[in-house]
Amino acid sequence: MRRVPALLAALMLGLAAPATALAQDCPKTTLGAVEDEVMCPVCGTPLGLATEAPQAIREREFIQRLVDSCATKDQVKARLAAEFGDEVLALPKPEGFDLAAYLIPGLAVLLGGGAVGAAALRWRRVRRGGEDPDTDGAPAGSERLQRDLDRYEL
Amino acid sequence: MKRFLSPFAVAAMIGVLALVGLLVYGLVQSTPDRGIEEALARGEPKQAPDFSAPNLSGGGRSSLSDYRGKVVVLNFWASWCEPCRDESPLLNRWHAKVSRDGRGTVLGVDVLDVSDDAREFVREFGLDYPMLRDGEGEVLGRYGVVAYPETFVIDRRGRIVASRRGPVDEKFMRDEVQPLLEAPA
Repeated sequence: MRRVPALLAALMLGLAAPATALAQDCPKTTLGAVEDEVMCPVCGTPLGLATEAPQAIREREFIQRLVDSCATKDQVKARLAAEFGDEVLALPKPEGFDLAAYLIPGLAVLLGGGAVGAAALRWRRVRRGGEDPDTDGAPAGSERLQRDLDRYEL
Repeated sequence: MKRFLSPFAVAAMIGVLALVGLLVYGLVQSTPDRGIEEALARGEPKQAPDFSAPNLSGGGRSSLSDYRGKVVVLNFWASWCEPCRDESPLLNRWHAKVSRDGRGTVLGVDVLDVSDDAREFVREFGLDYPMLRDGEGEVLGRYGVVAYPETFVIDRRGRIVASRRGPVDEKFMRDEVQPLLEAPA
């Protein structure tokens, strides 16, 4: 008979443990974490910047409902994309002016690489041109020194 | 012949020019289409751009061309839009009136909205007219919609004959829709 309360206690603990784990797992993200990475489609700005717009308020409520239902950030973003299209994800479109967001880094790398390459070539040319004082310049200096010393018969 | 610019400078200039070109292209693309507004201002009805969109209630799609031969009051709205709440009962009354003998319909397009919120809005106001969903705002661009709500009156030949930026009222419906219903088919 003594075993019954112990078994009951063990059973209750066993039931409580997954519930506690579930509670710790949820929520998996926050409204603040999502709103920095999505757009307010009507406002045309990131949702985090659109504070008073009615559509932004509704969008936040929608995100909060998903967060409360234990959705992850990726799941929330996927639901937003299903509702509003991919444009709601704060990624520039690969067309029009937004295309610049993809082209500029590439162009910058190309131009930077070109500049570094040109500078390296110029540096090598200068080195080969014989202006290094440790090598080509040294004999000329010592001859001049010898001539100067010869002038003084000490 | 003397060389004025190094190849690096030429490449940099081409890069800058390409970016300026992109900027100009982006500005032109982001400007709303005012074609319908300008055509109406000149008194020239413009053919309504056809579109297809999912039904808000779920299940299948519908097109504007499905209503060809009828007078269509095309209304762009959203559940988060406060003035849309004011005009919805009026639109519902007019839909009952124009659809009675099959002469016309009000066609709602829910835009940039959470679909559950939109369906709740329809239930709340008991709206009977057909509703489509433009969650991504694709149809908006074709009509140059910039305000919510916005309404276009389309005659039986599929031409836009009037538009209203902002909520419609009884006078607008009487002045712009009623004559089309009375005109011979």
